[in-house]
Amino acid sequence: MTEATTEMYVLHVNGETREVRDAAPGESLLFVLRERLGLMGAKGACEQGECGSCSVLVDESLVCSCLVLAASAVGRRIVTVEGIAPPGAPTDVQQAFVDAGAVQCGFCTPGLVMATHSLLERVAEPTELEIREELSGNICRCTGYGRIIDAVQRVAVARRGGGA
Amino acid sequence: MTATTVTAGTVRGGLGQSVVRPDGTAKVQGSFQFSSDYTADDALWGATLRSPHPFARIVRLDVSAALRVPGVAAVITAADVPGVPTYGLISQDQPVFASDVVRFVGEPVAAVAADHPATCRQALQAIVVEYEVLEPLTDPERAVDGSVPPIHPDGNVIRHQRIVRGDQTIEGPVTVEGTYELGRQDQAFLGLEAALAVPDHDGGGVELVVATQWLHEDQKQIAACLALPAEKVRLALGGVGGAFGAREDISLQVHTCLLALRTGRPVRIAYDRHESFLGHVHRHPCTVWMRHHADHDGRIRRIEARFVFDGGAYASTSSAVLINGITHTQGPYACENATVDGWAVRTNNLPSGAMRGFGVVQACFAHESQMDKLAAACGLEPLEVRLRNAMHTGDRLITGQVVENVAPVERIIHEVAALPLPDEPVGGHDGDILRLPGGVGRTTDAAHVRRGIGYAVSIKNLMYSEGFDDYSTARVRLVDGTVHVKFATVEVGQGFVTLAQQIARTELGIEDVVLDRIDTGVGSAGSTSASRQTWMSGGAVLGACRLVRDRLLALVADREGMDAAALTIDGAEIVDSGGLLRIPVAVAAAGVDIDETFEHHHPATEDLDELGQGNCHTAFAFCAHRAVVDVDTELGLVKVVQIATSQDVGRVLNPLSVLGQVEGGIAQGLGLAVMEELLQDGGIVKNPTFTDYLLPTFLDMPPVVVSLVEEPEPHSPLGAKGVGEPPTISSTPAVVAAIRDAVGRELPRVPVRPADICL
Repeated sequence: MTEATTEMYVLHVNGETREVRDAAPGESLLFVLRERLGLMGAKGACEQGECGSCSVLVDESLVCSCLVLAASAVGRRIVTVEGIAPPGAPTDVQQAFVDAGAVQCGFCTPGLVMATHSLLERVAEPTELEIREELSGNICRCTGYGRIIDAVQRVAVARRGGGA
Repeated sequence: MTATTVTAGTVRGGLGQSVVRPDGTAKVQGSFQFSSDYTADDALWGATLRSPHPFARIVRLDVSAALRVPGVAAVITAADVPGVPTYGLISQDQPVFASDVVRFVGEPVAAVAADHPATCRQALQAIVVEYEVLEPLTDPERAVDGSVPPIHPDGNVIRHQRIVRGDQTIEGPVTVEGTYELGRQDQAFLGLEAALAVPDHDGGGVELVVATQWLHEDQKQIAACLALPAEKVRLALGGVGGAFGAREDISLQVHTCLLALRTGRPVRIAYDRHESFLGHVHRHPCTVWMRHHADHDGRIRRIEARFVFDGGAYASTSSAVLINGITHTQGPYACENATVDGWAVRTNNLPSGAMRGFGVVQACFAHESQMDKLAAACGLEPLEVRLRNAMHTGDRLITGQVVENVAPVERIIHEVAALPLPDEPVGGHDGDILRLPGGVGRTTDAAHVRRGIGYAVSIKNLMYSEGFDDYSTARVRLVDGTVHVKFATVEVGQGFVTLAQQIARTELGIEDVVLDRIDTGVGSAGSTSASRQTWMSGGAVLGACRLVRDRLLALVADREGMDAAALTIDGAEIVDSGGLLRIPVAVAAAGVDIDETFEHHHPATEDLDELGQGNCHTAFAFCAHRAVVDVDTELGLVKVVQIATSQDVGRVLNPLSVLGQVEGGIAQGLGLAVMEELLQDGGIVKNPTFTDYLLPTFLDMPPVVVSLVEEPEPHSPLGAKGVGEPPTISSTPAVVAAIRDAVGRELPRVPVRPADICL
């Protein structure tokens, strides 16, 4: 590496404190999560905030991690798809994606899972149009979106039933 | 669709059920390893230097400064390719690296390996290439007419083929004609090209983890370029983030392996989106002229057509795409007489190759546009003219081939017409702006919105054609009550991994089915393309399971002193025809070790002769679409309100998987109709980003209503037809027909742009 590197900074990821050493200052949060912290769940597919595949939560806001400078996320709470449920114990959203056929190639899926959790936190029972609008920042090339909408609706219905 | 009920005795997770994906949990949890997620200790990053010019001579290439960049481990060029300097699926005409001439914007010239992607970028900038810029050939017609000197030693015509059948003198009495054009569509899979190559310790071989569509074909081409025997180039499938045809050709495979062998270290290459747009083949831009001669009652008497497919700089699969296009000129309609002339030509545009629909998308947009013109000329409804001409099993195609498959063309037309129309009023409910064409941020006035309805119907060949034996292999082992299935069938998201388990469960009556790693450690499966894997690899898994079953039944028969011919597997039990024996397969299979491998081949096909005659295709499937659109006639904005489809699927093996193919394929057809085009101007690519290449989002894709027509296909091992491509093919012309219905314009080109509607 010929570029100057930072000595060290600390990120709070999935409830853990993670040190990032010898990083180039220009590295995106997506790159640092994947290549320096080994969290491969967030995916890069456009690197310009158009497709949502790299979606993570930063201080509970849904962001495209490709557009966030990693060093700017110091002191913030970062949650990735790996941080929302332990391996083998998927969340209701994740399970609904599997059951409803919302997953084909699966490359957009981690981003959509994060976006869906964010949506249902804010709007418990979104209309179909609200789902479409809220998730329109996440592109899926395989499914045509129909089964994803079904998955989101299944979760909303199940949560309402559970809370009644 | 109705839910499949599981009857008592049926093994859970078998055929016909909406079984969920075995990789689903890993995919939703982010732990599924895509090819871009593979790394290794001490791995280097690789990157590729690409031509900025569509056509230029390389006058000087100096990599010495790049080699001096700290952190750079290797820089390679054409001079470093030890084996065959070129590759290609059908003819090997594409250089691993350009050495003397570059022929498209994005052609690889050199590659580097370094410790960080940023170092790679610095090294690429340090490579000195002096070009003598040449006049690019960008108009395919100039390749057809021979007015431009060859831009490649193989010439500017990749293939020319005619189809001449029947009475060539028939004219009218009704004639309709048009010239139709399709822009360049990109597959735009989300999982960008990525690979990890790990050299063997002795440097004499390499293992490549890559997202591809056909491991064995990649292996063959890579080994030839590396001058290694095939067994020294071992491929394993890295998780594939979609494919849609773009991964049939070599992209980064040879470069990654070369860098790993040169440096003696693992090397990763990962394209970004811009590089991906330049680095893989696209759907062929195409111009189709058609003239239909018909009786006054709308019956087709003769079709004339001329196709020009822009193959771009290298051949890829252009010759096969051409044959697919011209042999589907008639669409799903009976026609005795035809005069077709087809060209696939070389230009200095981006190379074209496979994309979902493979030449038939182009033919279908033309023939369906023509059918609507014919309906209008004869005073018929669009569906009536299609019903009057509908093809049937036993009809002869314009190639002379008899359609031997189930051909429920009339039925799918009737079924699509009977599906409910949207209850949404024109312009949407309650003036919600999201329901208006253009949605938020646009200025559609509901008063300018007009609704249109359009139809289209298609025929698509399944499997490979023209004498190619695209067989598939599967190995099935029954070990102590567990079934292990191994195949090289590439899973791109379509769900073959689910289907393979379903087949094994149903055939062997055992729920516990383990899938081995997908790699070159078993025979070829052919490509995951041409809607062929359910039929071909499904047939291979089925065949291997039956061999295992027969041996198991023989063992049980021996053990019980019975005749093996009297034993069958019924659900999860082995039973005999006399009703004496009934034991769970899992019990019978305890301690057993049976290992069988099976190759499934389809019947041989033929080349076309000079007049385009011959049994060149393996099988056919049919599909119908209806589109409902709202169009802002003032601003030229389109909102697709609903797509209805009826599809000939043979037999539904997994309802959820089929629905996913149907809806996903329609989204890509909608994209071609109104959004997607990779633009080139003088060979320069204008919009290679997701900001500028527009893909359908949640807001662009309407609800889909589906009718699956199940008439089991007797030639298919499982009775099922491939379902992947048809949804993409006729959805495009259906959407355009609906826009025409709303605005009354000819709209002969896709994607339809706002200016085409309102200016």
